[in-house]
Parts: sequence; structure tokens; C-alpha cells
Amino acid sequence: MTALDRRHFLLAAGAGAGSLALSGCASFSQRPLARVVVIGGGYGGATAAKYLKLWEPRLEVTLVERNEAFVSCPISNLVLAGTERIENLTVRYDGLGRHGVRVVRDEAVAIDYERRVVRLARGDALPWDRLVVAPGIDFLYSQIPGLESPQAQEQVLHAWRAGPQTVELRRRLEAMPDGGTFAISIPRAPYRCPPGPYERASVVADYFRKAKPRSKLLILDANPDVTSKPALFKAVWAERYKGIVEYRPNSELVEFDLRNRTARLQVEDVKADLFNVIPPQRAGRIAEGLITVNRQWVGVEFLGFESQKIPGVHVIGDAIAAAPAMPKSGFMANNHAKVAAAAVIARITGQPVSESPIIANTCYSFLTTTEAVHVASVHKYDPKQKTLVPVPGAGGLSPGRTELEGQYAYAWARNIWADALG
Amino acid sequence: MPQFPFARRLAAAGALLAASTSPVALAQATPAEREVRTWAASCAACHNTEGRSLGGMPALAGRSADDLYRALIEFRTGKRPATVMHQHARGYTEDELRRIADWFASVKIAR
Ligand code: HEC
Repeated sequence: MTALDRRHFLLAAGAGAGSLALSGCASFSQRPLARVVVIGGGYGGATAAKYLKLWEPRLEVTLVERNEAFVSCPISNLVLAGTERIENLTVRYDGLGRHGVRVVRDEAVAIDYERRVVRLARGDALPWDRLVVAPGIDFLYSQIPGLESPQAQEQVLHAWRAGPQTVELRRRLEAMPDGGTFAISIPRAPYRCPPGPYERASVVADYFRKAKPRSKLLILDANPDVTSKPALFKAVWAERYKGIVEYRPNSELVEFDLRNRTARLQVEDVKADLFNVIPPQRAGRIAEGLITVNRQWVGVEFLGFESQKIPGVHVIGDAIAAAPAMPKSGFMANNHAKVAAAAVIARITGQPVSESPIIANTCYSFLTTTEAVHVASVHKYDPKQKTLVPVPGAGGLSPGRTELEGQYAYAWARNIWADALG
Repeated sequence: MPQFPFARRLAAAGALLAASTSPVALAQATPAEREVRTWAASCAACHNTEGRSLGGMPALAGRSADDLYRALIEFRTGKRPATVMHQHARGYTEDELRRIADWFASVKIAR
């Protein structure tokens, strides 16, 4: 675009909203239509920031993220299985800059809803006209006596945020002797990524099968049954991982005895050589003031993911109290982000918010290190129930695991990272 | 095993997108246009932004509207083999699929 074209474009763009401001010098800039701050650069937040700019370039969009790069939880179980490297699941935030998103590497420590600013650990507070909060999850270690201290948490990893813990858990799996027992503790639903723990068990069992076939993998599930794709997971455990995987339902962790490496369940004590405890979860701490459901999750409306508590604040991703049959997944967070971005833009430009959003979900899970299955669903807004509901007759499961779906799982990951960050 | 040091490809795709004059960049979209672009954005979780797939999933951007629509209807009826698309296509009415197909067809691509 030449300077002249650009001026024409800006004039045309600014005229309608009456928001054009000319500065005195030769180069001028347009005053933004509004300032939107996005907290959190995961699957939800990064997508929201990108689509806000893509759909309404006149917005000033600032993304606050404490980590240097995005690291994907999906696919990270394959790092534990030893067939993938964490570097390959890592995407930098530069791509968002190319769309005009300002990426601020800092930690949001408080939200002042009265003054409409986000306070940062290091930098200046960020003012907002609308706010998108995509804080992910925090862990409720207070519910597991024995694991409250950071030292204890270093010894018993969650690896439920991809990153250093993933790499360290892989190292410990490699160090575990053949014939050892690895135990995974799963919290009560809802938690991030319903099929994730079972995928983890499956692909780590695949590693054991090849590298340490005398080892055992114990799944201690707080839930009464496998919470996602139960038949598909149980089939592969019974067949391919027979003698390795043992599944125990109704096995909620109530206390952890670090010294004796023992998990105390309601009914029994379980010893293992290596534990992976996925703790109960709630909305990420920065969203604390927005929590309305079970002291854990943020209640939102489903036309624009606006907080039920504080108007002008949109909350997306794992932190929300989900609509019926909506899992806490990266795919869903990505789709929440787009509906929220559309609503933010509609509100700012004085247009009606669409009353018929349609979103979807697909979670791929690896059952072996190369073969995957999926569960899919499509969700439409129901004005009577005022929520998103799964469309009957749509969605469903894979009939069985295939390498083709293993390839699609990878292709999905690559494309959704590009969609969010590229 | 597909490996993915794909940051460079990602950057190239993003640069293209940022420079494009695709329909999504129009600030003054009508409510109906904004509605369908939000529906189509759901598909982008697999087919990438505006259907500009990086590979591994079919690209949708700038393809014939009729071909896209026909494929979607055939997924719905089960006539076209699929691993997952039949389950997605069945979540939409024919009218919704028509509008989504038209939207992807209208995406400008460099030829
Ligand atoms: C979970 C990932 C996923 C989502 C979400 C998804 N697709 Fe697809 N799409 C695929 C895959 C995989 C194929 C190949 C067919 C198959 O195996 O299902 C495909 C194929 C297609 C094709 C056929 C293209 C060709 O060249 O044969 C069209 C058209 C299409 N999708 C459109 C859409 C639209 C429109 C949406 C949103 C309403 C959508 N897809 C959502 C994964 C997805």
C-alpha cells in the first residue's frame, strides 16, 4: 500500500466510527477504536488476540503472556513416550506481532475491574476497554495433604502443563528400572483434557512394552469410569497392553506419603516406583474474582463468553464452567476465542452480537505412539436453554485406532498452532 | 513419524495472511457476513485460518464453492469416505453449509 492509499484507507475506515485522529507530523497514526487486553497466550488467548486483529484491524490488541513461547499440551504425551521432542511442540509468539498484536512478556498479577486496568508483575499497568481472560488452570494442591509444598511438588510431577515438567517426567520414566511400577492419579472431572490421562497411560505403556516389558502402569482414577472414549481405551489396554496397564476406578487420591512413596486412597494404600499425580483444578488464579461455579470455574454466557459477574470481561478456555458436553480442550478454547472475538468486535462497533454461534470440538488421542482415535462434537446455541448444546446426530467417535488418524492428529496440531499463532 | 520444526512455514503462512486482502480483513462486514466468518473460523482449527492448510488437512481457501458444498453434503450422507468430516458436516443445515462453502470460496489466494 502506498502512503496515499494508506491515507485513503484509514480515512475511509475511520470516517464511519468518527475515530480518526491526525497527528501534526508527516506520518500520522489512527487512534484505535478501542483497547482490548488478552491475558494468557495459550490455545484460547493467542487465538483471540489474532482474530481480534484479523477481523477488526482498528483495535489495539495487547496479549500478556508470562512464558517466552507457547508449548502445546496436545502431543506432549508423545514426549513422555519418547517419540517426540518438546522443541517440536514449541511455537514462538512472533507470528502474532505480524498481525499487529502487541505481545507483552510479563505476568498479569491483578485485574482492577473498577479502573479497568490489568496490573503486571514488572511493566506498567495496561488499560482496557474490553478484556479477554484466558488463564487456563491452576492446581488445587491444598486438596492433597502431603503435596502442599513446592518441594513435594518437585518430587511428584503433574506434567499437566507442557514444558519442563514434561521433559523431567520423561527423564524419570527412562530412569525407572524394568519391572518398576508407574502410577498415574486422575482427579475427578471436570479437569483439563478429559482423554489426556488415558492417552498418557496408553503411550507410556507402549514405551514400556518396547523398552521395559516387565513394568506395570497403574491408573488410579477418581472417577467411576474412564471419562472419555472408554471403550476405545479399554480395548487397547486389554489387548496390546495386557499385563502392563491396570485400571482402577473410584480411586481418588486423598493423601500422599512422600517418604514411603505411597498414595493413600479412600480404601487402600498404593505403592509405586514413580508417581504422576494430576491434581484437581480450577480456573487460573488471575480469574479468581470472576469465579461463580463451585468456587472453581468462571460462569459465562455463551453468545460471547462474557463473564456472568463482570460485564465487558470475556473468559474463554479451560477456566470456564463449560456448557453441557463441552470438554476442556485446546480445540474448544480456540473455538471459544473466535466467538468471543466476534462478540467483542460487535460490542465495540455497536453491531448486534450473533445469536446463532456454532462451535465444534475434536480431541485426537494416541493409543499407540503412531495410531490415534478421535471424539468429535458440534455445538449450537439454544435460545431456550441459553447455552450451547451438542447437535444430535452430529459428532461421534472413531471406530478404532488407525495410523491415518495418527497423521491427522499431527496435521491438526500443526494447523491449529498456525491458526492461533501463525 | 512426522516431525515438526515447521516454524519457518508457519511464518510464511502468517506473512501471507497478514498481507492478504481476504474477506475477513473487511472491517465493515455485515452481520450476516460476520456470522458466517465466525462459523467458518471453527473449521480453521483443523484447516488453518481461512482454510489455508499448511498440509496434512485439505486446503479450503479459494476453492470452487460448488465443489466444497458438494463435498460437505456427501460427507453428511455418508457417500464420501471420511474419518471425521461426516461427524462435523452433520452438525450444520444445508443452508449453513452453503454459506460456509461460499465463504471459503471467496477467500483470496495467491496463484
Ligand atoms: C477435526 C478436524 C476437522 C474439522 C474441525 C473440520 N475438518 Fe474438514 N476435513 C478434515 C479431514 C481429516 C478431512 C479429510 C476427510 C476425512 O477424513 O474426514 C476433511 C475434509 C474436508 C473437505 C473435503 C476437501 C477435499 O478436498 O476433499 C471439506 C470441503 C471440508 N473438510 C470442510 C470443512 C468445513 C466447512 C469445516 C467446518 C464446518 C470442517 N471441514 C471442519 C478435518 C476437519
